[in-house]
Amino acid sequence: MIRHWFQTGKPWIWFTASAVSISMILVFGLLLLIAARGLSHFWPGDILEFHYQEQDGKTPILIGEIHDEEAVTAARLRDAGIEIGGDEPVTRYLLKTGNRDIYGQDFRWVIGPNMRDLRTPEDLLTVERLEWGNFYGYLLSVKQAGATVAVGDGAWSALQERLSRASDIQAEIHSLEKSEIGAINYGMERIRLEKRGLELDGDNDPVKLARLEKERAERQTEYNILQKRLATLYQKINRDSMILRSADGREVEISLAKVVNAYRPNAMSLLDKLGFYFVKVGEFLSDDPREANTEGGIFPAIFGTVMMVIIMSIMVVPFGVVAAVYLREYAKQGPLTRLIRIAVNNLAGVPSIVYGVFGLGFFVYFLGGNIDQLFFPEAAPAPTFGTPGIMWASLTLALLTVPVVIVATEEGLSRIPKAIREGSLALGATKVETLWRTVLPMASPAIMTGLILAIARAAGEVAPLMLVGVVKLAPSLPLDGNYPFLHLDRKFMHLGFHIYDVGFQSPNVEAARPLVYATALLLVLVIVVLNLAAIAIRNRLREKYRALEN
Amino acid sequence: MSSSTTPTHAIDMDSLGRGSATNRLADEAACLEIKHLNLFYGEKQALHGIDMMIPKRRVTAYIGPSGCGKSTLLRCINRMNDLVDSVRVDGEILLDGQDIYDKSVNVADLRRRVGMVFQKPNPFPKTIYENVAYGLRLQGIKDRRRIDAVVEKALKGAALWDEVKDRLHESALGLSGGQQQRVVIARAIAIEPEVLLLDEPASALDPISTLKIEELIYQLKDKYTIVIVTHNMQQAARVSDYTAFMYMGKLIEFGDTKTLFTNPREKQTEDYITGRYG
Repeated sequence: MIRHWFQTGKPWIWFTASAVSISMILVFGLLLLIAARGLSHFWPGDILEFHYQEQDGKTPILIGEIHDEEAVTAARLRDAGIEIGGDEPVTRYLLKTGNRDIYGQDFRWVIGPNMRDLRTPEDLLTVERLEWGNFYGYLLSVKQAGATVAVGDGAWSALQERLSRASDIQAEIHSLEKSEIGAINYGMERIRLEKRGLELDGDNDPVKLARLEKERAERQTEYNILQKRLATLYQKINRDSMILRSADGREVEISLAKVVNAYRPNAMSLLDKLGFYFVKVGEFLSDDPREANTEGGIFPAIFGTVMMVIIMSIMVVPFGVVAAVYLREYAKQGPLTRLIRIAVNNLAGVPSIVYGVFGLGFFVYFLGGNIDQLFFPEAAPAPTFGTPGIMWASLTLALLTVPVVIVATEEGLSRIPKAIREGSLALGATKVETLWRTVLPMASPAIMTGLILAIARAAGEVAPLMLVGVVKLAPSLPLDGNYPFLHLDRKFMHLGFHIYDVGFQSPNVEAARPLVYATALLLVLVIVVLNLAAIAIRNRLREKYRALEN
Repeated sequence: MSSSTTPTHAIDMDSLGRGSATNRLADEAACLEIKHLNLFYGEKQALHGIDMMIPKRRVTAYIGPSGCGKSTLLRCINRMNDLVDSVRVDGEILLDGQDIYDKSVNVADLRRRVGMVFQKPNPFPKTIYENVAYGLRLQGIKDRRRIDAVVEKALKGAALWDEVKDRLHESALGLSGGQQQRVVIARAIAIEPEVLLLDEPASALDPISTLKIEELIYQLKDKYTIVIVTHNMQQAARVSDYTAFMYMGKLIEFGDTKTLFTNPREKQTEDYITGRYG
């Protein structure tokens, strides 16, 4: 009976199908885990207030958000010196207590059975601050220029009003500092470099120097004006403050200039929370990071990742295609070309960190150093290209992915029917003309396949980037409004490195963990989007050059 | 020299002497003269001392069993064999008195003068219009109106204009096999070659398309010297003025089509056309 069943071949089908299902489960499980952990971070959970039975017999009030829970055996807790009766497993919770400026840390573990009188008072306030993380507590009063203007129930509405004013001013300050003053600084630096360049050339043409000096003076006056505006704005923003009471009864004054947002999650309806959730996700996508990357958004990292992939694509495609054309179309097919092909294929298997080391040694120090000497002597001793930057990172990744493009292009070229080439040659086209007009366009879907594989590999690569251009925090994007707009020498942020940095290098690992998941999810999404874009282009090309395959 | 249109004397198959006077047609002007052509694929000799002339503005057909070298010979005339590694050619092919295998000859120029249509329709994956304009664009012609005119003329010349004039800018790959083959012919005649080589142009087509192609060949011979390779003896009899029979890389008999089919001089020719082998 069983033997018969085996002979039908059904077990084999089940076996193969189960291999597919296991892979699918793993992939979806992974995505689901990342998505669930990452996306829940933005949900405004309830804030709990309760009495907690400490080991020293005291029962202080704690306020905080529950972030995680786990079951531990009572025996293990007893080993850790915590007195607890019984043998059943006990749940313990990771409580985000915030208020790092007061307690010195913002997370602690609490044991379930020791929590009493759990409440979620509606007037509990979460304050997101620019420094020291969240503050949890009760709003007592709102002050203006040191004088109390609202107390008790009126304080909340007064706070909201003043908070929106403060955030308007904050946005103005941000744009002043970032774009206008940033542009002036950039211009001043250029003037300085130009002047230094003149000095190095031994050119003391008074006309040129006077022009530079005049420009510098103009910038300086502009700067002074902006500085004054900035000072008044700072004065305005520091006008208001609020008094809060923390869980242990301490009263704390917080200037509204330091507040990003304040809300009362316990008072929110589900709809409010949902709206708030999407606002938070939007902020995560579009804001700059704060507090050593553990708070705020990750926009610069998204931007850097996408931009690096695009620059890499621009470099890798022409290079790979040209190499493949020579190998397939011009080189005499023989042992040597076979050897080169094997070498190219093996190049794809070299560990990526090795490329990083090569990029640092060759591109950054050798090429970049020479470029600096030749073209940017005025900036010395500060390096321009002789230091890691987005150009070298893209070039290193281009080198890493060029074998993929070569192999895919070669395959595409070999699939073009001979009849098509002969048809073109018979009309008096030379080989180059045939290549450009007919063969390469027809091979373009294969070239795009190569690019898709290259993007998939490059976008997820982190190790080599740490050597050739990625940093924890880049002060400015590689693309901005200052001439020449594209700054290939700048360092940049990258989602993959951001995950590593936030997850392992952060001073506040507990706070950062959800961000690790959220960033990972985003990295996956960015790669998916980049790939989908390339696939869409390839499908259009395929449709266009749907060749004589039948 | 005899004044007859039939070949003057039998071919001495072992003769390797240069400048043999065989296979000349006295009352026709020569477009191409093939003189003692030998072709080798590596060590293997594929063509043995071919000597013949191809008359101007006539249809000359090559017939013979598979592998007899008729396609190879045809591909010598526009030097398509250059693309194959390990091919070696000696002898001469004179086009208007000039040896096309001479070092000074630009192969692309030669192919512009000697167009070719292949067995399987091979339109480019472009629009009908761009297929026909391909040769013009290669020559660097940009004048839109001039290209329009040439495309129309070529498509009319290939008897395709009425069928495709409303969809010139659609892909040529959407056409039927017979239409594709006529696009390819239009593409070839758009650059006005002197000679048109047809390598079994109808063998991949259905009977009606075949008929259309044959009619087209009949019309085109007013302007072009046509050399056609065919498997199909009836086709050769229908469309050609002169026929050459090849066997095992050798030219066995060449002459007036009617005579060759009704009164072959050689035993091998007779055996082939009566279907005894091949």
